[in-house]
Amino acid sequence: MNAPEATPFIELEGITVERAGVRVLDRVSLTLQPGDRLAVVGPNGAGKTTLLRTMIGLQKPSSGIVRAFGRERRSQADFREVRLRAAYLFQDADDQLFCPTVVEDVAFGPLNMGLEEDKALEKARVTLAFLGLEHLGPRITRRLSGGEKRLVCLAGILSMDPDVLLLDEPTNSLDAKHVEKLTQILAGLDKSMIIVSHDRPILDTLATRAVRMKDARLEPAVLHRHPHVHEHLHVHVGSEHE
Amino acid sequence: MSLAASGARIVAPFEALDARTRLVAALSLVLVTVSMRSLSGQVAALLLALVMLRLSGLSLAQTSRRLLHVEGFMIALLVLLPLTVPGPALLSFGPFSMSQPGVARAVSIILSVNAAVLSTLSLLHTLEPVRLGRALASLGLPSRLVHLMMFLVRYQSLLRDEATRLVEAMRARGFAGRLRMHTWRTYGNLVGMLLVRSVERAERVDEAMRCRGFSGRFPMRANRPLTRADWRFGCALAAVLAALVGLDRFS
Repeated sequence: MNAPEATPFIELEGITVERAGVRVLDRVSLTLQPGDRLAVVGPNGAGKTTLLRTMIGLQKPSSGIVRAFGRERRSQADFREVRLRAAYLFQDADDQLFCPTVVEDVAFGPLNMGLEEDKALEKARVTLAFLGLEHLGPRITRRLSGGEKRLVCLAGILSMDPDVLLLDEPTNSLDAKHVEKLTQILAGLDKSMIIVSHDRPILDTLATRAVRMKDARLEPAVLHRHPHVHEHLHVHVGSEHE
Repeated sequence: MSLAASGARIVAPFEALDARTRLVAALSLVLVTVSMRSLSGQVAALLLALVMLRLSGLSLAQTSRRLLHVEGFMIALLVLLPLTVPGPALLSFGPFSMSQPGVARAVSIILSVNAAVLSTLSLLHTLEPVRLGRALASLGLPSRLVHLMMFLVRYQSLLRDEATRLVEAMRARGFAGRLRMHTWRTYGNLVGMLLVRSVERAERVDEAMRCRGFSGRFPMRANRPLTRADWRFGCALAAVLAALVGLDRFS
């Protein structure tokens, strides 16, 4: 589906990450094209989170090249722009929600992007309403339930209008109702995604292709499969024609 | 409204005032109160504090619960000062004697402390930490201190939960605090673990903020201008405080 000449959103080339002498990523290469919804599966400790962190410069690779949105990225200044366009949903919602009230937290990104306060708050309200969460706006973040926290975190990164969502175990410790709601929301978004998860149903619903991480490596068989994957994954279940 | 969530159920007249007004008012009340030299001045300050308390709509039960912390210290003072300040004895029993200046000192401290605490309480008890932080920042407190306070407010409940979980996990494996080396070592580990987890948490929060474009400066909100009610309250309080100082110095 993707035109071959399209610039990939994110490209990792031979990335190796070592932490305390241990290889967490071992010569990993990966490409995320616009429109891709890539599932990353694999056992705990295989390096899935590190993979995401490397893409946005939170983890410095010991060797390899990170390209994002058409440019090679090295310095923290390079990655600042990447982080706004490839938004990262943290595993622990409490790490992300630091503002006192929900609407302020959702407005935090837009404010940092230079929006006036009124406009940023308006943007936050629109985003919350889009997710059906407008009633949470004035609530105090630390008093939300776990599921509400996760959804508000999602609002907090969607308000920046990113091109890519990096979702690190998005359904972790959510109840069935919130998993359902989150899946629906994500399926309705017209964004590229990388989804790290053990949750098969959400991957089946969302992903257009999948890679597997094992012992710090991406399984090559899966990696090279991407041009053909669209044939056998049943995605876009009536959610993309709006 | 969301006020219900914050636990502020009482409709207090001070609620309508700007947080900055309330902070400055509380500070001036405290300063004037502790500058009282005469007993009549101190009693008058306490009366003023009681009036403020009445106006604030804080109930007796709430007030006394909050005052309990203070009164513990006060009792210690009441016992110690008469015994330690030298001067003519008021009462003596055995080797102990209660000096007159000691008693006077204790009474004056208790009066001023209670007056100061009550007036602060009446003005600030409904102030949400968020508003308090913003008001402090706009009154010129260094932003680092304000952010420190805001993060403390946000994350202290998480820290407490973490501590509770660790202690429960210790108890679940049969730990009971006793006076022996094992106990102290365990508490050491507990505190160490809490520190490590807090630092890790801080790092993750910092990363999450950078992921949303944070570059070291909070976009600060513009202040709303003070209303007429603020000025009216400020002038009235200034007049009362001036009268209080006059009473203290010239009576």
